[in-house]
Amino acid sequence: MMESVLILGAKSDIGKALAREYARHGYDLILVARDAGIALKDFASDLRIRSHRSVILRDLDILSVEAHKDFYFSLGKRPAGVICVIGYMGDQTTASSDFREFKRITDTNYTAVACFLNVVANDFQRRSKGFIIGISSVAGDRGRKKNYIYGASKAALSAYLSGLRARLYPHGVHVMTVKPGFVKTRMTMAMQLPPLLTASPEDAARQIYEAQRKGKDIIYVKGRWRLVMGIIRLIPERIFKAYCNF
Amino acid sequence: MGESAPLIIKQKVRDFSAWGRYPRVDGKLVSPSHPKGLGYFLKSGDTFIPLGNRRSYGDSALAARMLDVRPCNCMLRFDTDKGLLHTQAGVLLSDILKTFVPRGWFLPVTPGTKYVTVGGAIASDVHGKNHHLDGCFSKWVREISIMLPGGQVVSCSRRKNHELFLATCGGQGLTGVILEARFYLKKIDSCLLDQVTVRTNNLQETFDAFEQYCNMPYSVAWIDGTAKGPKTGRGIFTAASFMNGGDYDYRPYGSMDIPVEFPPFFMNKALLTGFNFLYYHGARERVSYQQGIDIDTFFYPLDRIGKWNRLYGRRGFVQYHFILPKGQGFDGILEIMREIGKSGISPYLAVLKLYGMENENLLSFPMEGYGLALDFKIQKGLFHLLDRLDNIVVARGGRLYLTKDSRMNRKMVEKGYSGIWQFRRFRRSNDMDKMIQSLQSRRLGL
Ligand SMILES: Cc1cc2nc3c(=O)[nH]c(=O)nc-3n(C[C@H](O)[C@H](O)[C@H](O)COP(=O)(O)OP(=O)(O)OC[C@H]3O[C@@H](n4cnc5c(N)ncnc54)[C@H](O)[C@@H]3O)c2cc1C
Ligand SMILES: NC(=O)c1ccc[n+]([C@@H]2O[C@H](COP(=O)([O-])OP(=O)(O)OC[C@H]3O[C@@H](n4cnc5c(N)ncnc54)[C@H](OP(=O)(O)O)[C@@H]3O)[C@@H](O)[C@H]2O)c1
Repeated sequence: MMESVLILGAKSDIGKALAREYARHGYDLILVARDAGIALKDFASDLRIRSHRSVILRDLDILSVEAHKDFYFSLGKRPAGVICVIGYMGDQTTASSDFREFKRITDTNYTAVACFLNVVANDFQRRSKGFIIGISSVAGDRGRKKNYIYGASKAALSAYLSGLRARLYPHGVHVMTVKPGFVKTRMTMAMQLPPLLTASPEDAARQIYEAQRKGKDIIYVKGRWRLVMGIIRLIPERIFKAYCNF
Repeated sequence: MGESAPLIIKQKVRDFSAWGRYPRVDGKLVSPSHPKGLGYFLKSGDTFIPLGNRRSYGDSALAARMLDVRPCNCMLRFDTDKGLLHTQAGVLLSDILKTFVPRGWFLPVTPGTKYVTVGGAIASDVHGKNHHLDGCFSKWVREISIMLPGGQVVSCSRRKNHELFLATCGGQGLTGVILEARFYLKKIDSCLLDQVTVRTNNLQETFDAFEQYCNMPYSVAWIDGTAKGPKTGRGIFTAASFMNGGDYDYRPYGSMDIPVEFPPFFMNKALLTGFNFLYYHGARERVSYQQGIDIDTFFYPLDRIGKWNRLYGRRGFVQYHFILPKGQGFDGILEIMREIGKSGISPYLAVLKLYGMENENLLSFPMEGYGLALDFKIQKGLFHLLDRLDNIVVARGGRLYLTKDSRMNRKMVEKGYSGIWQFRRFRRSNDMDKMIQSLQSRRLGL
């Protein structure tokens, strides 16, 4: 039987590009999203035609954390890898005064995702194999005025993945953190993005696949973001708080 | 939370153009994440034009509001027995090739670039190097599903909503948004071709080559636009057919992009003459045979240089693509080449093709005869020259290809396309004319 990859948040442009990339390399797919059965029906047909791989669609709202375990163990075949693309930018202004929005950002990016990955991690550890990829963000590398609530939840995810990596390493399970800078997706389509720092979803997917094959720990998409964030992190807080208004 | 509403993203675009980079518009690009999102948009009542991959040359896909169909890019079903493929309209031909050539299938008809959408291929009713035998793209289309300006989705074919089918194939997006299509692929025995190349000394020899090799499925001639006098119409004729037996190991080329816009003086006469000279003399013997030419080399030579349109500089270019009935072909083309010669303006690329029978679509370009496509950099005196060429084309019963056009006038399109009156009536009686408009449809009153 072919190995399969489970993609959480498969409706996003990065999720779709990853699905195409992994199918192209011979993986079967389990695509998970809210109302995946309806929203991804055509996309699944397309994947099957292009790649002759099996594609299974499953509905899940990641915020229904109680359901994660049953959901995962009802999948039938257990995936060889799990990629979580789910994310929620939210509205920072609302979130600074409205707890529900704050909680939704934090839960979607961190709490609920981590809950799901706990289930996966336990399973992979038992089986001593598998890979887990979490899509975090450069926003988690340093809290910025414009999006620190989102950034904080991504920072939590990055820290979680880092610990999980150390825990699973001796068991032969590979955990990779992906930190995209700008990706031209539906989330960012209306924004003017700097071309040199912006990747297409297809570029991102290719880069993620390659890095996973090579067993990388943390990658930036595009790679030059590593340098950019390295510099941004070095700016002393005194200056950062006063002058860095991005 | 339930189902999220179908998403429509609106983006302001500036200096937006199609392949010829002329004309340019500022407008809004509207993209749906799902065909259903289009329905919401159409109900808003704003005028628009559907947009594919912008490989048309002129203004047929340009307007203040453009509806980007490319996100609808799923292949839905393939019937291996019949070779029938069902896709959404935003699927690129290049994706179809990548998927199906390795399984022994090819496009029944393909234009000279593979970066066009299925919707664009239908809306321009494109033709390829095999038109003389296999007709236009629409010939291979079994059914189209289309969203009318009111938002309702209907299907049309030769049997159902026939007039809508005739108006949509070649209709330049003016009847509605093509959402899906079912069309046939063609079986091939190999992904390689055998080719014959003939170097000709004048137009007569070029025409003779077309006649001599008219049973070869694919043929085309590049004409040396800079040759004058008795050498007028000399060029390189190529014809090819797929090999029998072989493999399907198709490896699409990557393309190299022209990274920047070139200064306007770049494509100048000296360069042009040099290029044409080298190309022409590149073929050493008069007739030569090549085996094992791959698909990308034969069908899509220009795709190897991505964004080559930037070579023409900021002002852009036009492709003057006309066709003349067979009896008028030879004299007509000579007359046109002479008229161009007199003007001192040279075409950069000239491609000649023998066409087969005309079809019944209201605005399809091909008719039985000879068609010539000439690329001109935008420059002083060009539009006057093209007006003079228009007169010659009309006088000889020919017409211009709408998907390449950015400047012809109403008289020209009315003389060239006898189906235009029915097309206009059809649009008016279905309220399409008020909702769907491109710069071209306004200029030409389509
Ligand atoms: C290098 C090159 C070589 C070419 N060679 C050939 C050739 O050999 N033969 C040939 O026939 N053509 C040729 N063309 C022209 C090209 O095939 C056509 O212009 C084609 O229509 C472009 O498709 P597109 O997806 O880019 O559409 P666009 O250029 O975006 O749009 C073209 C027209 O199609 C309409 N349209 C697009 N999508 C839809 C849809 N979903 N529903 C309704 N209407 C839609 C638009 O409104 C517009 O009127 C060539 C072009 C280039 C750049
Ligand atoms: N685009 C960028 O520039 C960029 C930069 C840095 C990081 N990222 C990260 O990359 C990932 C993908 O982003 P994107 O740009 O493709 O944006 P996106 O389209 O907004 O992707 C987010 C995905 O998360 C899903 N999701 C949100 N809440 C969910 C929930 N409760 N249950 C299940 N799924 C839920 C969304 O599903 P629905 O489709 O159902 O809404 C959507 O598919 C995100 O983690 C994002 O934070 C993106």
